[in-house]
Parts: sequence; C-alpha cells; structure tokens
Amino acid sequence: MKHITRRRVRLALLALLALVALVGCQREPQPEWKLNDVSGHLPDLDFRLTDDNGKAVTGADFRGKVTVMYFGYTHCPDVCPLTLTQLHVVLDRLGAPADRVRILFVSVDPARDTPAIMHAYVNAFDKRAVGLVGSDRDVEALAKRYRSAFTREPDRGDGNYEVSHSSAIYIFDGSGKARLLATPSASQDDIVHDLHLLTSMETTP
Amino acid sequence: MMVRTIAAALLVAAGTANAADTVTASAGWIRVLPGSLPAGGYVVFQNTGDREVAIVDAESPAYGMAMIHRSSTETGMGRMEMVDRVAIPPKGTVAFSPGGYHVMLEHPTHPVTPGEPVQVIFTLSDGKKLPVTFVARPANANGPKD
Ligand SMILES: [Cu+2]
Repeated sequence: MKHITRRRVRLALLALLALVALVGCQREPQPEWKLNDVSGHLPDLDFRLTDDNGKAVTGADFRGKVTVMYFGYTHCPDVCPLTLTQLHVVLDRLGAPADRVRILFVSVDPARDTPAIMHAYVNAFDKRAVGLVGSDRDVEALAKRYRSAFTREPDRGDGNYEVSHSSAIYIFDGSGKARLLATPSASQDDIVHDLHLLTSMETTP
Repeated sequence: MMVRTIAAALLVAAGTANAADTVTASAGWIRVLPGSLPAGGYVVFQNTGDREVAIVDAESPAYGMAMIHRSSTETGMGRMEMVDRVAIPPKGTVAFSPGGYHVMLEHPTHPVTPGEPVQVIFTLSDGKKLPVTFVARPANANGPKD
C-alpha cells in the first residue's frame, strides 16, 4: 500500500519535472525568470478552505495579491520552518512590494491542524503568511490539482506521526495564474528577483 | 616531589583522554514553535580524536522526548526519519542543521521561551555523556544568533 503510494508520488513528480523541462524549451520574449516558469502549465489558484481566523476562503479572495503556496503541517519542526523562514527573509528583503504578497501555508495534516494552531504557527514566521485548513478531501483535491502529494506515515507508537509531503513552492500572480515553481533549495536571491518582477507586473484580476 | 608526580599523572590522564573527551559541541540552538509543537535542535559536533565517535542518543530535561532525526527533500518529497547513530569521523565535523540532521524535541516539560538556555545530553558510542547547552530561538531564526 505504502509502496504504491510512493510510486504514485514518484510518477507525479516525474510528470512535474517533465513539464518543467518542456517549459524550459519554449522561447518567448518574457521576463527573465530565475525560477521555473510554469505559466500555462498549471491551473489557476482555486480552492475552498478555511483560513487561520476560521473564515471560509477561496482562491478568488487572494486576487490582487501574488501568492506563494506551500504544503506542510505544524508538527513539522524542521523542513516546514526552514522553508517558511526562508520565505520570511525573502519578503523582508523584497521590502514594500511584499505588502502585495501572501504566503499560503496549506496543512496536509487536517486531523491535528486547527485554524487556531495554524494561526499561531504561521504568525511565528511572517505576518504575511496565511494558514489554510480543510477536510481531507478538500486538501487532497488541492494537492492533486497542482500534482502535489502527501502521505501520512505510520504512527510512531506514541500517537505521533509524520506527514511526508511535496516540498515544491508554487507562485501565482495577482490574477491567480500559476507562474513559477521553486524548490526549497532555490536561492533567496532568485526568489526575491522573481517576486520583484511579479509584483511590478500589471495584473488584471 | 609527590605533588609533581601526581601532577604528571594527571597530565598523562588528560593526554590519553577517551573518545568522549575528544568530541565537543558548539553553536547549539533550538527553533521554538508555538504551544507544545515539536521543536528542532541544531548543533555542530567536532571530533579532535583519531577515532570515529558516534552520537547514538539524546535527552533533555526540558522535553519529555528527544530523538535524532534526519530530514530529506530528495525526489521533491519532504520527510523525516529516525537515525540510530551519527558518526563523527576522526578529526572531522558534523553539523546538525535545518533540512538535515536535527534533534527532534517533543513534549516540552515547561513553556520554552526564546533566549532560554536548554540542556541537551547526548550519549556517545563509547557510552559517555556529552551535555550541551542550546539556546532557544524564535521560530523564524536562521541560527544561534541571527
Ligand atoms: Cu524530526
């Protein structure tokens, strides 16, 4: 069962990589992105979830903002904080345009992550971060939409468990179009560079 | 005369120190997350000896549970696994740092606040204990000082 899931994850990732390679072949007189340009290859930002204030939100509520979406969970003490800290540093370096950026931290652990826990967690990293929670089905649908994946690992015996999850960072423009894909190892310079470009572009919501 | 002999004996003892004394730790810090969420501990180990020494366990009076973990983001998936031993090669250094090795600290025995010193005691492969003082840091810290 686990192996099948792993294989599915690997297949999904291969598809994603192939997609990025394909995009890389295109020649367009476009802004010189440093991150992987996925324009036209991933669907627009769309979801029905609950934010960290307990309010029902959809992708449309973030039109007018550049959004940086990342899947994770609060019982993740290492990789998720590393990524969120990096995004916090990036937004600080971006300066004033960062007001037009929101970090969307989507929980892949609906069983443990409540809006209140998410609120405390995301705000410990950055005030421009929004925690999003939903039912298993809603989160799975969102992950699937972006060819992302997550797997709840077996209980460690003390009631605690880890959730393995895709580490990709998805960046959408102000009209909700998927624009860029970054890995957690992407350089902060590159992310700052591309967010500068994206926040300075005219977007028609 | 007698005093000098004892002093010499002590010097010899120090010179032939066993493995544990050849491992030192520095720059220890803990990323504190809200509430009682698990925290990651980071530190740099240095082995000045001629023999490999491994870190095999960890415990802390400030946490009910401490484990050695390793994260990876290979194949685009972020995951963590428990590690039995981390070898510090002779004359070598191993860093526990975000995204790699970390001490997984769970069930704080009291609310740990940034700035607070936290003791973590490592067990080495020769059975010796290595107590290290970590500093608690905010969630969005990058290291022990920044
Ligand atoms: Cu861990």
